[in-house]
Amino acid sequence: MPVRGAEKWSWAVIREGAGAAWPICLGYLPIGLAFGVVAQKAGLSLVEIGFMSLVVFAGSSQFIAVSMLCADAGFLPVIITTFTVNLRHLLMSSALAVHLRSAGKGWIALFGYGVTDESFSFNMNLFRQGNWGWRHALVVNHVSNFAWFASSVMGGLGGSLIPPGSFGIDYALPAMLICLLVFQLRGLVYVIVALVSGIAAVFISIILPGNSYVIIASVVAATTGLFLNRKMGTGEKET
Amino acid sequence: MSHIFLLILCMGAVTYLPRFLPLFFLSRKQLPPWLTTWLDFIPVAILSSLILPALVTGGSPRHLDIVKPELAAAVPTLIFALKTRSLGGTVVAGMGIYWLTQRIFG
Repeated sequence: MPVRGAEKWSWAVIREGAGAAWPICLGYLPIGLAFGVVAQKAGLSLVEIGFMSLVVFAGSSQFIAVSMLCADAGFLPVIITTFTVNLRHLLMSSALAVHLRSAGKGWIALFGYGVTDESFSFNMNLFRQGNWGWRHALVVNHVSNFAWFASSVMGGLGGSLIPPGSFGIDYALPAMLICLLVFQLRGLVYVIVALVSGIAAVFISIILPGNSYVIIASVVAATTGLFLNRKMGTGEKET
Repeated sequence: MSHIFLLILCMGAVTYLPRFLPLFFLSRKQLPPWLTTWLDFIPVAILSSLILPALVTGGSPRHLDIVKPELAAAVPTLIFALKTRSLGGTVVAGMGIYWLTQRIFG
């Protein structure tokens, strides 16, 4: 499905992608700063902090890894924890795949590296609206990655000088996720899926440590949605 | 290469694979309709499962905690998002609302 203006690389595509990404960048800023501060306190050098943000690019797992390093956890436990914490991206990439049909293998390889909770939800919303190609989405992924990298290095440099909670910036990311959730509520079935997933996630998160609740609740809720969809259709409103 | 760089590279590899493999294999396949429908519910499910526990649980080990500025700010932020349907606007408004809420919670 070709999107007008998105069939090839152009400055316009890069401008549109980069220009749209600012809410994600704003959301990453306080978390990146906080990560830099924590990592620096844990004894990581500035180069190591930047390298981790560039290579791993997955916030919560980086916090966990640093705290495990502090506790002198071994090499293997850190890797296994990182893997399980980030396994949820499997679901997101599966849902994104359909929008990357026309992308070459190399571009797909580059795209995969930038799939995060935020870039995923953000791009899925724009893909659905149309007028958004995989090139736009790729730009969003990498601009967000740069924001994450830059803010964590800034945090490592002198993030402790910035008072935490300034301007309510800690809420930029939750507010963005709330709004992206609102965009996804396209009909009754989606609302039910959201409620099932959210409530299941709350209960599972209390029972199980770690963040496996995201995957479990999402699979349960999407499956519920599939069955409801067979019974009553999506109830999607025409927009 | 020092130990920490090797560790970071391994962390990167195990993070990258679940991100890349579905893109690589599923983007070339014609998916059965039920799977397409199922995947269509993934964004809303993921978002809700990320947001709600962050708003109503806290502490370590995690327990229900509903007296939080994050939750109090979520309701007006949600209403703002529903009314305006503006992502940037909601981010900025959410920050302001949260800032005010923190003042009220003291």
